Amino acid sequence: MIKFLAKGLLRDRTRSFFPILIIASGVMLTVLFYSWINGYAMMLIADNARFETGHVKIVTRAYKELIDQRPYDLGLMNVNEKIEILSNEYPQMHWQPRIYFGGLLDFPDDKGETFSQGEVIGFGIDLFTDSFERDLLNLKEALSNGNLPSRQGEILISHEVAEKLGININDVVTLIGSTMYGSMAMQNFTVSGMVRFGIQVMDRGAVIVDIADVHSFLDMEDSASEILGFLPKYDEDTTFEISAAFNKTYTDEEDEFSEIMLPLRTQGQMEFLLTALDERMGIFIFIFILVMSLVLWNSGLMNGIRRYGEIGVRLAIGESKGHIYCSIILESFLIGIAATIIGTAIGLVFSYFLQYYGIDVSSMLKESQVIMSATMKAQVTPASYFIGFIPGVIASVTGAMISGIGIYKRNTAQLFKELET
Amino acid sequence: MALIKINEMLKNYPIGRGKFTALKNIDLEFEKGEFTGIVGPSGSGKTTLLNIIGSLDVQSEGSVEVMGKDIKSLSSRQSSRLRSEHIGFIFQTYNLLPVYTVFENVEFPLLLLKMPAAERKKAVLGALEWVGLIDKIKSRPAQLSGGECQRVAIARAIVKKPDLVLADEPTANLDAENSHHILKTMKKINEELGTTFIFSTHDAKVIKYLRRKISLLDGKVDKDEILNGG
Repeated sequence: MIKFLAKGLLRDRTRSFFPILIIASGVMLTVLFYSWINGYAMMLIADNARFETGHVKIVTRAYKELIDQRPYDLGLMNVNEKIEILSNEYPQMHWQPRIYFGGLLDFPDDKGETFSQGEVIGFGIDLFTDSFERDLLNLKEALSNGNLPSRQGEILISHEVAEKLGININDVVTLIGSTMYGSMAMQNFTVSGMVRFGIQVMDRGAVIVDIADVHSFLDMEDSASEILGFLPKYDEDTTFEISAAFNKTYTDEEDEFSEIMLPLRTQGQMEFLLTALDERMGIFIFIFILVMSLVLWNSGLMNGIRRYGEIGVRLAIGESKGHIYCSIILESFLIGIAATIIGTAIGLVFSYFLQYYGIDVSSMLKESQVIMSATMKAQVTPASYFIGFIPGVIASVTGAMISGIGIYKRNTAQLFKELET
Repeated sequence: MALIKINEMLKNYPIGRGKFTALKNIDLEFEKGEFTGIVGPSGSGKTTLLNIIGSLDVQSEGSVEVMGKDIKSLSSRQSSRLRSEHIGFIFQTYNLLPVYTVFENVEFPLLLLKMPAAERKKAVLGALEWVGLIDKIKSRPAQLSGGECQRVAIARAIVKKPDLVLADEPTANLDAENSHHILKTMKKINEELGTTFIFSTHDAKVIKYLRRKISLLDGKVDKDEILNGG
């Protein structure tokens, strides 16, 4: 019987072509949207992990309360010892101390007076012990001019800051801030290079210096704002497990300077953003199923009218209404499968294209405070190959189920009359 | 034992607050192997009678037994089974499935009976041989003449070797030559396979083939005659 129905579907294109066209289009959009959302989420996670959150982050409880202000005066002490302990306890992870600070970047003229000045966000990272941070932040690729710092006292500044303040390579600039203990801090740095990350919030005003320089600049010897932890590959469940275990051991509710570990998802706007993405995907699939079901219901009704004679003959020949109803659902299932395969294939082609090339969204991110690449790319995952089957097949079958109810309303007693007209 | 027994049958249709009586006081019996025509003007109740015999409809009063089964007591599923196993239908407008070939159209009732493929093929080829269309098995209905389409419809009706074939105006859309061809084919099947045929018709050409003619007038049996049909 399945073979018989499949033959009918293949030969009667009006019965299969329109539904396949609709479902395949919807499935294509679903796959593309899913891959897009996936790419966006993964990019969001990767970029934020690199620049801000790590896969997990250790701070003091006091720092956590004011984390948006990055209060390095509430930072971690005895950092070298802490990293040693962490490395022993979590050998699969890499730990990296960082100091974030805000300050003024002053560029003097020939006479030593301020030529230009601007606010900057400082990144104190380990530039010399190993290449981990340099690789993590893609500093080599981000370098738009000059070189990476090769010795203490050198600074990288964002391309935009350099252009705005009129700074060139090898110029000497002064960072002005306040020490961990509240007194004024000033230190000269030589500009070794300029960077452009393609992340608006970074490119607007970031400066990067070696953490040892920041220690002396901010009077923070063996201290750090935060210690970031990185897994070999991000896994949300693991970050929560590790954080729970760490906090159980080290977090003391009575001590505001005790450490607390924060998984990536719980930091800043990440929870909101990632939840919103999950919800949007769910809403999209729900709307897709609803709209497609309505369209296919309508299409099924039209098809039912067109196949009125056929269904009448089948009833007269002795096929039960239930059997006809099931066969229509089976047809819709076959259509759903075929359309989903076609739609998924087309959706994957577009997704792979966007995974490779991406779309430049820098113009939309000018005022953004979220760390996000200016090029949005899709990300095809194994789930991209299957995600379309849920809405594709459900919509097709639901549409047929609703429209097929008409079969039960058919008055068998009128069959002869109906079939003669 | 009679194949069909109808006693004191009455059929009403509700019209507004009233009723329209389509058939009344019908007492008929049909034996196996009959070749019977139900004749009468439009509105005389021919199609209603065929509907009830074919278990597509039920009587309002009286009793109707087909193959020993009380039509009124059958569920929808049981009615379907009775039709699929014992009754073949032939329609005025053929009602072939246009996307399927001649072979597949004739095969369809056997699929419903879940007959194995090899047996199915044998039965379909046998039925098509009966109607002289063995050379058209791969054709689609659109490629056939009206007469050929009706012969396919006959093959579809007899392929499962039913006890009873009900035909509603089977020659109404055919020219004289094709009508005679169709009637000869049905007569041959009736004689050689013993299949019971009941027609509704007002086609004069059909009358000379009948062995029994039941005339309906205003929903009642006006005459029930035995003829020397064929």
